[in-house]
Amino acid sequence: MAQEKGTIYRVAGPVVTAVGIKPRMYDVVFVSDLHLMGEVILLSGNKSVIQVYEDTSGIRPGESVLATGAPLVAELGPGLITSIFDGIQRPLVVLQKKAGDFITRGVLEPGLNRTKQWSFVPTAKKGDKVEGGSILGTIQETPDVQHRVLVPPNVSGTIEDLREGKYTVEEPFCRLSGGTTLTLLQRWPVRTPRPYRQKLMPDIPLVTGQRIIDTFFPVAKGGTACIPGGFGTGKTVMQHQLAKWSDADIIVYIGCGERGNEMTEVLTEFPELKNPKTGSPLMDRTILVVNTSNMPVAAREASVYTGITLAEYYRDMGYGIALMADSTSRWAEAMREISSRLEEMPGEEGYPAYLASRLSAFYERSGRVTTLNNKEGSITVVGAVSPPSADFSEPVTQDTLRITKVFWALDTDLAHRRHFPAIHWLISYSFYLNTLEKWFDDHVSTDWKSHRVKAMEILQEEASLQEIVQLIGSDALPENQQLTLEIARAIREIFLQQHAGHDVDSFCPVDKQFKLLTAILEYGRLASDALEAGVPIGDILSMKSRDLLANIKYEVNFDEYLEKSVAAMRKEFQTVGVA
Amino acid sequence: MAKEYHTITQIAGPLVFVEKTEPVGYSEVVRIQLPDGTTRRGQVLDTSGDVVVVQIFEGTAGIDMASGVTFLGETIKLSVSQDILGRIFDGSGSPIDGGPRIIPDERMDITGSAINPWARASPREFIQTGISTLDGLLTLVRGQKLPLFSGAGLPHNEIALQITRQAKVLGKEEEFAVIFGAMGITSEEAQYFIKDFERTGALKRAVVFLNLANDPAVERIITPRLALTAAEYLALRQDMHVLVILTDMVNYAESLREIGAARKEVPGRKGYPGYMYTDLASIYERAVRIKNKKGSITQIPILSIPDDDWTNPVADLTGYITEGQIAVSRELYRKGIYPPINPLPSLSRLMRLGIGPGMTREDHRSVEQGLYATYAKGRDVRDLIAIIGKEALSENDKKFLAFADAFEQRFIRQGRNEERSIEETLNLGWELVGMVPESTLTMVDHKIIEKYYPDYRKKK
Ligand SMILES: Nc1ncnc2c1ncn2[C@@H]1O[C@H](COP(=O)(O)OP(=O)(O)O)[C@@H](O)[C@H]1O
Ligand SMILES: [Mg+2]
Repeated sequence: MAQEKGTIYRVAGPVVTAVGIKPRMYDVVFVSDLHLMGEVILLSGNKSVIQVYEDTSGIRPGESVLATGAPLVAELGPGLITSIFDGIQRPLVVLQKKAGDFITRGVLEPGLNRTKQWSFVPTAKKGDKVEGGSILGTIQETPDVQHRVLVPPNVSGTIEDLREGKYTVEEPFCRLSGGTTLTLLQRWPVRTPRPYRQKLMPDIPLVTGQRIIDTFFPVAKGGTACIPGGFGTGKTVMQHQLAKWSDADIIVYIGCGERGNEMTEVLTEFPELKNPKTGSPLMDRTILVVNTSNMPVAAREASVYTGITLAEYYRDMGYGIALMADSTSRWAEAMREISSRLEEMPGEEGYPAYLASRLSAFYERSGRVTTLNNKEGSITVVGAVSPPSADFSEPVTQDTLRITKVFWALDTDLAHRRHFPAIHWLISYSFYLNTLEKWFDDHVSTDWKSHRVKAMEILQEEASLQEIVQLIGSDALPENQQLTLEIARAIREIFLQQHAGHDVDSFCPVDKQFKLLTAILEYGRLASDALEAGVPIGDILSMKSRDLLANIKYEVNFDEYLEKSVAAMRKEFQTVGVA
Repeated sequence: MAKEYHTITQIAGPLVFVEKTEPVGYSEVVRIQLPDGTTRRGQVLDTSGDVVVVQIFEGTAGIDMASGVTFLGETIKLSVSQDILGRIFDGSGSPIDGGPRIIPDERMDITGSAINPWARASPREFIQTGISTLDGLLTLVRGQKLPLFSGAGLPHNEIALQITRQAKVLGKEEEFAVIFGAMGITSEEAQYFIKDFERTGALKRAVVFLNLANDPAVERIITPRLALTAAEYLALRQDMHVLVILTDMVNYAESLREIGAARKEVPGRKGYPGYMYTDLASIYERAVRIKNKKGSITQIPILSIPDDDWTNPVADLTGYITEGQIAVSRELYRKGIYPPINPLPSLSRLMRLGIGPGMTREDHRSVEQGLYATYAKGRDVRDLIAIIGKEALSENDKKFLAFADAFEQRFIRQGRNEERSIEETLNLGWELVGMVPESTLTMVDHKIIEKYYPDYRKKK
């Protein structure tokens, strides 16, 4: 596309109006002599309105504008993993080296390193007919990620030359018939979903190691989940937990309009923590896209697209990606801010009328798919939502709930009591329970479902009993109901509570989840039997068994300790005549 | 010399509209020359070939259509040098203590650029405030932003001052430099702070920026930015550890709302502008520690929240940005408890980075969990008595109730000058947790219980 020069007509915050250019919508434009990057978001008469990704202080009308004739693209190729990018994919490590601790304006730095050489091993050969998505070879990008080098979508031909060797991302490594040469570096417009062959049923769980999620409200690989909650209820901790422990091949973490220190935490912790599946540092499978709350708001709008494009690129290689966006509300607010500067007709709470469609288009880029090369890849999208005043009736939460299939409802009261994760078990839901049942049957136990159902019944009963307790006190309840309260407490405190910061309990494999719940339910059964056999409730409640169960989850030698504790529990109940 | 224009076409609220100018930069500083010879300062909010919109910091009263407008060609800067320490400035940065002008080492842009997240270091150095509820349950670390969520008539100023007086990092000698940024508070309140700084000698290492209740409201937009620019100078250029107190952020937000309304923007909740989250973040996110730099900026903003209603957008958005909040509770205050900090709705998000073996003590997290859970239950029982009476309580319930009372009276309550060491705080915590049966402490790791829970200690 031809470049074109124009001039600035107006500057109002992140929105700049230009004249003298004839760009297309969403083309990238550089404004001012400082060369600040922006994107065309409105065309009207002879004016082009541009959202600028950097601070516009000091920029004046009359300065130059350069239209590039191309949309905002992500750079794709080896070197993405372990990187930390800003919303428009500038590598923050490089920016810091070049420009110092503060982000200075107009520094352009490509997403991928141009000098690093990658060892390419071909898997295709001369004479092969290839098309979009065909695998040409591999590169060991990190110890955990084998980068599959694909023919870009929309390209095809016969391989005329393809050689093993070391290449920088810009060096041609392959020539196709008709003279097309390929480099490791590819580009893709971030607002356009990448193609795949077919969507598949999401019937494999993304195992997260978080008990309340995997056991009660699981998300499928390729599925969508949202996690709304007021401030301090645990959205970010949960997103970090998922990024750490879920059994995805690759994590894309989008820090969208949130705290800088939370990114620092990922950057300091992830290289130290080990991937439970491979033993390599967690950073070796992680990409960060960051626009913190004090970084320019227009780039926040772009950050989610940049993030999901990177995710799609790895999906197309046949990988399972888990993408976290913390928080989608900040993205929605960025849309609102830009929209209001355009003086668009506002919808509910000032959000633009297209809020819902943008949200659903984003979540729609998730999915478990057959890729162009007939592999299976998936993108699971987990979006945090930050409702003002923790009021879930607000537009972003409501629009998100209509799209996502799993709802982890964070509850302020639980958080204040330090019941973590503060996911409310009576409000949350997962639409994947049925589709995932078979997997849990096959991989954990055929009792998986019945235990879950039983535990949930007890919790529901507790909730209705609590209403009575509020009126008459717990001692006035019949003894069997008092016992139900006690068993429910065990489920809540032992099973549902899971401290993210505990060395052992932070991650709980599914078989451990199942065994723990089984043991608690057995305790409940024995205690009920004891009560029926006439053992006074006071004696049952003061038994040691429950305390023993409370401790198992913290043990490194879980199985051994569990066996011992369950044996001790059975023995204790035997002493009161219950077997 | 910059050109003076006499082409004002409209004056509305805090805004002045100027036409037929040469190109003017966005965010540029503007000087308005009034007919009576006085001047005002402002900043460009919107600039185009047709019209330039300027917000006036000191208010538009007295400006007429004939007033002269000069665009100064640069964004707002603060003159800084070591000599700012011990000085008092007004809300737009001019000295008001009768001292000399600052001869600048440097003139720093007050907006500050965003810090590169990669350059940040995790805040993790425990600041002992000597206040049990904070040190034990809401630990503050260097580089954190932790606001006081308070209300009219509550002793947030006293708490802020006690923190300022007592804050120290164990094993480190450096004292904190203090930056005090006042937005729209009364002169009495301001004096209360300054007197205390004088009395304790803190004023020597303090910088004060005062925009008082009768000062221009729009000026409040820049006061916290001046304060943080001074803080950045001291922390990042002079390697100092800086504690920034900003009060009152609710007044700040009201100024933001006023400007939004004058510009006829589409308002968000309660009339506050839709971009208030980003705007507040541009202040709070300036709390910082940087890799390979010695200094740090710790922020304690104060909010007196109208009607104690945390759904108020200023409180809500602040909570979404800051690293926790300290809840100053009217209920505890009415009971005569100082400092009336209710730990339950409070939070320190960075606490876990600053506590534990080698930093405070290995049992810190456990005692914290035990105290939280037990106090929450104790308060539930208290609610219950109102309905069923004390007699109907179970034995366990009675213990929780007794705990809640003791916790408030002995742990939360302390003197205004009482400084408890972290050891004292944690030991007191265990002593109180010992009032309830071990079996109710499911959330606490049993290995720690066996080491610290009073019953086990007695047995030893
Ligand atoms: N699973 C968890 N385990 C332990 N603590 C948690 C957990 N989830 C949340 N917390 C606590 O709650 C605080 C706030 O959580 P965070 O995820 O930052 O909230 P949000 O992102 O919703 O504002 C954390 O700093 C931590 O103290
Ligand atoms: Mg968060």
